This record gives sequence, structure tokens and C-alpha cells, in this order.
Amino acid sequence: MTKKTSHLLLQIYTVIFMAYMLLPLFVMGGAALNDSRFPTILPWQGFTTRWFVELYNDQDMWRAAFATLMVGLFVVLLSVPIGTAGAILINSLKGRSRTLLYALMIAPVLTPGAVIGISTLLFWTKFSVSAGLHLSVLAQVSFIAAYVMLMVLARLQSFDPGLEEAALDLGASHTQMLRRILIPHLYPAIIAASVLAFFQSVENFNATQFTRGNSTTLTVYVGSKVRSGITPTINALALIMIMLTVIGVIGYEIYRRRALARKQALELL
Amino acid sequence: MNAMVRRYGTGLTGLSIVLTAFWLLLLVVFPYFGLFENSFRPYLPVVDVGGPLDTYSVNNYLTFFTSPIHIKVFLTTIAYSCLVTVLALLIAYPLSYYMAKVISPASLPTVFLMLLIPLWVSEILRAFAWFIILALKGPLTITLQALGIITEPIHWMWGLGGYSGVIIGLIYTYILFMLFPLYNAMSSLDSNQIEAAEDLGAKWWQTHWRVIIPHSKPGIASGCVTVFMLSAGSVIVPTLLQSPRSRWFTEVIQQWMFESQDWQTGAAYAFLLLLICTVFVTLMMKFFRVSLADIAK
Repeated sequence: MTKKTSHLLLQIYTVIFMAYMLLPLFVMGGAALNDSRFPTILPWQGFTTRWFVELYNDQDMWRAAFATLMVGLFVVLLSVPIGTAGAILINSLKGRSRTLLYALMIAPVLTPGAVIGISTLLFWTKFSVSAGLHLSVLAQVSFIAAYVMLMVLARLQSFDPGLEEAALDLGASHTQMLRRILIPHLYPAIIAASVLAFFQSVENFNATQFTRGNSTTLTVYVGSKVRSGITPTINALALIMIMLTVIGVIGYEIYRRRALARKQALELL
Repeated sequence: MNAMVRRYGTGLTGLSIVLTAFWLLLLVVFPYFGLFENSFRPYLPVVDVGGPLDTYSVNNYLTFFTSPIHIKVFLTTIAYSCLVTVLALLIAYPLSYYMAKVISPASLPTVFLMLLIPLWVSEILRAFAWFIILALKGPLTITLQALGIITEPIHWMWGLGGYSGVIIGLIYTYILFMLFPLYNAMSSLDSNQIEAAEDLGAKWWQTHWRVIIPHSKPGIASGCVTVFMLSAGSVIVPTLLQSPRSRWFTEVIQQWMFESQDWQTGAAYAFLLLLICTVFVTLMMKFFRVSLADIAK
């Protein structure tokens, strides 16, 4: 097989894979606009927006959306400082204690969400904290903080400790060093980690399902709708969520490219 | 620790330790221990909790080991999760190679952008998409009928012992967690090594087997661990894409937790799930000779 044919084959494979990844989303989104009682794109019964109207009038959906927003907000507010602190701590450690701490921090990432949810539920109910979205926040933070830690740690490792020392030698206080040197360096990682943490929280199902009590988030709402009699309103919600995701991804990409261009411009100077 | 105090001052060092301790003790270690401890407790009415009946025993585990159905569901879940992991690896490998070593740098961001969209759409919606596609009289059947390939509708989710829908859904939902670690590992390989292998007369498969795959081991291990864990622990995909004959271990756990309200037996079953995932991680680390730090990147 020559290089040219193998590359052509790989190209075809990539196109097929992209179609495989994206077509199902089109099918699901398209079904939101189909005037059919069942959520499907074929047979096409004509264009309609009534599923969006129905979704808009669904109070449960609005309640779930609000709850999702609050949970996501609290998860970001907790997991970002915790993950950053964990990264700073582990970056200062060496040897055994580092390995042990690292293993503990990574464990929740490698644990099924159902196990995290049940553990959190059992632990806190023992202290008379009943199930509810506050427990969902804690369950989600336990593993989302690990993602934050990994992102901040990667950024910390590209940091020249000499800068900190120089600042301290020149008479800066620890707080000043933190505000003027460390945080500005970590800033891009912290922003990226906050976005990721929020999205992780919004789409979480497993850990939330076991801790939520009687409350509902958007994913749980979708989950219960999907199990009990499906109407295309779910597709309308799916289409909205896909569009938000597309906007989020493109916004993130624009931010990344701008940051890259700025960096390249600075290097040219 | 002293170096850290010198570097960050007592305030920030103390704050870092407090936050990390809150995380690791209250959100990780104690709850995990609580799960373990609860799995040995009996299921009792509220008034009897803490009373003379509340003693430790292995009864909850005996419930599992004396139930052939639950054992079968457990083993089937592991077997099909392994199958999903292997298939995901095989499907993702050529693409990650293409993205890491072949594609022109100009088009890589576009490919990435297109892959980030399905990655950021929640798993429940990704599974729901296949629920629509694979429905008995859904788009797949209608398309194939229109093309004259099939005449009668097919139960797409009923194949492979009743698990075809679940397998299709799991692969689609989790394959990107295989693709990205593989890509990361491969892109750190110096392309000169591939050229050197080719110049020295290696066939294309020899280059992969002797140069690229050994270098990608951390990525392979990371991807396999993640996909296996997500598949075995998946709640929504097996529920949504089930057939009359498919049962997933997480569904049994949910039964204990929500239908029987027996959280103690639920804890024992959840602990078994955690145990098998830990065993899988350990095996992968041994087999690929990588550390935990390589897996979680």
C-alpha cells in the first residue's frame, strides 16, 4: 500500500467518522421540527414549531432549567477553588506523599457516577442531611474538582518558579505575589476549567440521579421524559441544547485563537 | 511542606490544605468508606437503626452471590463493557493516528471543532439520538426500506443476545473518551521515528506495531480505563436502548436504591461495581506498564 492510497483511505475514514458523530445529532434535532406525534425525522410530516411552544409552556422544564443553572453555578464556585488549591498543593509535594495524594484526587474520575452518588447519599444522610440538589452539588464537585486540578496542574508545570522567587526577593508580600504573578499565569487555565466544570455539571446524570431526592435538573428531566412516554418536546430541548453547545464550542475556539494570536504577537516583539 | 510555606506564605498554604482536605476527606475518603461500611449493615426500619438488630454481616454480599441472575447480569455487564472498550479502541485508532500524524495542521482545528460538539452534548441526548434512529419504524428502517435493502422492519436493539442497542449506544456515547487520549499520546511521538522506521524498511503495520503503539501505551491505557468505567457504570444508555433481554448491572443497583429502598444492599452492589473498575484500572496499569499519572492526563 503506497502512502498516497493509505492517506486517501484515512481521509475517507475520517469523513465517515465525522458523519457518524454528527448525523445522529441532526436526526435528533431535526425531529424537533417534524409535525409527528413520535420523535422521529422520517416519515417527514411537515415543518412545525409547536414542540417548542409546548416546551416553553412546560413549567417543570423551567424549574429544572433553573435548578440546573444553580447547581452548575455552585459546582463552579466550589470545584474551581478546590481544584486550584489541590493543584498548588500537589505541585509543591514530592515523593510518596505526592503519589498518594494524586491517587486520592484521581480516584473520583475513575469511579462510576452511580457509585459516587450512592456514597455521597449514604455519607450525608448519616448526618441527617437529606437528599436534594445540595448533595448533587457535593457529589459532582468530588470529581469535577479533579478535572480542574489536572488543568491547573498542567499550567502550573509550565510556570517558572524563578518568577515567584524574584517577586518575593524584591519585597513583594505573598498576597501580592499571588495576585500579580501566580493568578495571572493560571488565569487561562482557571477560565477554561470553569467552563468545563459548568458543562460537566449541566450534563451530569449518574451522580445527580442518586443524590437529587425529589428535585429535578434538566438531564434528569430529559431522563424521566424519555422513560415515560416520549414526545418531540424533548427533541426541541435537545435542539436548543445542541445549539447552545455549538455556540459554546465556537466561542471557546474564538477565545483560544485570540489568546494564541496574542501570544504569537508578543513573541514577535 | 516548609518549601511551600516559604513560597506561598502560611495563609495560602493553609488555605490550600484546608480546601484539599475538605475535598479529599469529606467528598471522597469518608463517603467511600461510608459506602463500604454500609454495605455490611442490614436493611432496617428507621426505628431499629442503631438498635440490637443493627449488626455487621456479609449478608448483602451473600444476596449477590446466591443470586444466579445478578451474577449473570454482573458478568454480562463486564463482558459487554470489555467488548465496547475493544471496539472503541479499534474504531478510534485510525482516526487518532490520522489526526496526530497525517492531517495538515491547517485543517486540524476544524476536525477538533466538529468533534467537540458531540463531546459537549450530554450523554443522555447522545443515547436518545440512537433511540430515535434504531426505533422499529425509525429513520434507519425507513431509509433501508426506501433503498430496497430490507423489506420488513428490524428490531435493531434486539441483536447480539439483546444487547446490540446498548453496545451501539455505548460506543457512540463514549468513543471520544478513547479518541482524545489516543490522539494526545500519538501527537507526542516524534515523526522522525516513523520516518526512520519506514526508511529502514518497516512495513506499515510493523511501524504501527513496533513504534506507534508502544509509544501510545499511556493513551491506550487511559482511553480503555475511561471507556470501560463509563460503560460498566452507565445508567442511561442501557435503560434507553434496552431490549426485552438486556439487563445492566446499574439497573440492578437502581432497583435496590429506588424500588426496594434498600440502600445497604445497594451499597454492596455499588461497591462490587467500584471493585471491578479498580481491578480493571490495576490490570491496565500492569499490562501497559504505566502509572496513574499517565492514565489521568
